[in-house]
Amino acid sequence: MGIHRGHRARPFEWLAEKTIFLVSLSTILVVFLIFLFVAREALPVFLGRMSSALIQPAIPVAEIDRHPAKELCKYLGLTPEQFAKMDRETLKELLQVKIEAQEEIPSEFRSDPDALANTTLWHYLLRPHQWTGYTKPSFIWQPVGQIKKYNLIPLFVGSLKTTLVGLLFSVPLAIGAAIYVSQLARPRVREIVKPAIEMLAGIPSVVVGFFALLVMASVLQSLLRYETRLNAFVAGLALGFAVIPLVFSIAEDALTSVPRSYTQAALALGASRWQTAWQIVLPAALPGVFAATMLGFGRAIGETMIVLMVCSASVLSWSVFDSARSITTTIAAEMAEAVSGDAHYRILFMLGALLFAATFFSNLIADLVIHRLKRRLEGKA
Amino acid sequence: MKASLDELSRPSRHFRTVRFDFVSFFFTGLTGLATFLILAILAVILANILFNGLPGLSWRFVSTIPKKDFFDPATTGVLPMIIGTTFRVLVMTLFVIPVGVTTAVYLTEYAPASALVTRIIRAAVNNLAGVPSIVFGLFGLGFFINFLGRNLDALLHNPGPVWGQPALIWASLTLAVMTLPVVIVATEESLKAIPPGLREASLALGATKLETILKIVLPQALPGILTGGILAVSRAAGEVAPILFTGVAYYMASLPHRLNDQFMDLGYHVFVLSTQSPDIEKTRSILFATVVVLLLLTFTLNFVAVLIRSRVRKKLRSLA
Repeated sequence: MGIHRGHRARPFEWLAEKTIFLVSLSTILVVFLIFLFVAREALPVFLGRMSSALIQPAIPVAEIDRHPAKELCKYLGLTPEQFAKMDRETLKELLQVKIEAQEEIPSEFRSDPDALANTTLWHYLLRPHQWTGYTKPSFIWQPVGQIKKYNLIPLFVGSLKTTLVGLLFSVPLAIGAAIYVSQLARPRVREIVKPAIEMLAGIPSVVVGFFALLVMASVLQSLLRYETRLNAFVAGLALGFAVIPLVFSIAEDALTSVPRSYTQAALALGASRWQTAWQIVLPAALPGVFAATMLGFGRAIGETMIVLMVCSASVLSWSVFDSARSITTTIAAEMAEAVSGDAHYRILFMLGALLFAATFFSNLIADLVIHRLKRRLEGKA
Repeated sequence: MKASLDELSRPSRHFRTVRFDFVSFFFTGLTGLATFLILAILAVILANILFNGLPGLSWRFVSTIPKKDFFDPATTGVLPMIIGTTFRVLVMTLFVIPVGVTTAVYLTEYAPASALVTRIIRAAVNNLAGVPSIVFGLFGLGFFINFLGRNLDALLHNPGPVWGQPALIWASLTLAVMTLPVVIVATEESLKAIPPGLREASLALGATKLETILKIVLPQALPGILTGGILAVSRAAGEVAPILFTGVAYYMASLPHRLNDQFMDLGYHVFVLSTQSPDIEKTRSILFATVVVLLLLTFTLNFVAVLIRSRVRKKLRSLA
């Protein structure tokens, strides 16, 4: 027979197919690499190997031989290759520099118990701590100054605050619009409205942030008369603008994928268009609408530029009319100042890893829900 | 049987709703209002920006390279930012289009639909679409600059950091990773819109599967691939967060001309002008004008993409 299948008959074709397969695996590789390299930079903090204490036990120059090479290497903050290149004299000089740096610490910190604390431990990251000079235990994010405070709770609260305002504003609007456009509107209205809302997605987030900062903030303040001009409320509304098109298009998609026979049956039985949409189509597409909200949450909590431009103070407050600093904002604003490899830098990467994990799971759930919904509506499950 | 069906479907006086359905009317109005509100938000944003920005826009503004102090409305310009943004998205397309199109071809033409690998690839694509842009920035810094760049420097025995620092190429690669799902989804959509009959005819005439894909399927799918590319470019052109640590510069005296140069950027410039201006009232006009330039760039691209896509979707619907 003349039909040859397999790679012996067409080696080039075989090779090309394998290449196509390998290239398509790159998406999996990329997701894996993102997690690996963001988490890698944060690893010392996760493992509690970082030390940010202001006053550290110093090794006197004379005792250089009493400590193993590995310990010296870590103490001086050198890589093993750098360490191997140095001779004894340079090492001694480095030890001296280290001691002098310790001596330069202002005297008021010498008696401060906080100066001995390694503020990168989980206890300091997540629990309130009574810092010297404060009257009660508090959550403080303050990565500058002599004693660096890295409490993450104000940032989590800031992210949640802006995200919740954004979702409360955008999800009802977007789902309402999705119901209208997919079920109630005339086809001609639909043809215009859908691309227009997709256009909203085309506005860069830096432009939304700029608009919120220069125009919305002042207008809202004069309307609602709150104190802080730039607050979580303004940021949340602006976030909503960015979330609306996403939630709309996913929800609209889910509503449209409900089979026509459902709608036709309901209408034939005498239901009005609204009754059909509300009692038949929406319940059938509910998982899709839920998934749209999940994706909206992921988008809102990961949005950077809008919150960065609109509010920035890192004070812990649950009021939406106070300023807030979100996780993303903190990373964007402080990465430039953080020294590569130090505690601040690593904690910012840890925030990134947490953010990645949060969106990873919210996307995964949304993905599974949509997948199951599609199968059910197609009558396969 | 047929006659009785016709009888039933004919509008009959007895079945007509007599009562005015207030609830339906109210809620239809409410959802319509939600739609209207979204459109109003869009209109207000665009109108406000155009109204305030167009007067400040001039040929001099878009063709001037500003001096160090770019806050002076009389002498500033945005040419280096336009060029920087253009370069970074062009370099990005060189990476993202081949990889994205190949992945889409695998998913639609080769992948066994129920295989685990296919599902994982799809999950990865969806996941990539939802990763926050700032995390891409961290990835670019951790992987491209700190890992690839530094190791490249060590390999080439560079005396100082040449590749291990923020640069155009790293920003473009970061954006390429970010926009990969956009290209994949758009290409897949257009590949699915091609009638299976075309593939079958080609195979029946003796072409191999690869030949069919290269000579029949891909040329047909070109509009869709183009859409994907344009959407990716428009998305990337407006993104600022991923390039913050991977290549953007606050100020550069010269235009970027090597892949490892830093660059100025339109979106980042909007951020700088609106948050770091010494006198926001004085710089207001150039800020709005810069936003108009950025919007013109992304919207023109978006508009073209939406036009092509709506055509592809119509074709898809007529096939279904």
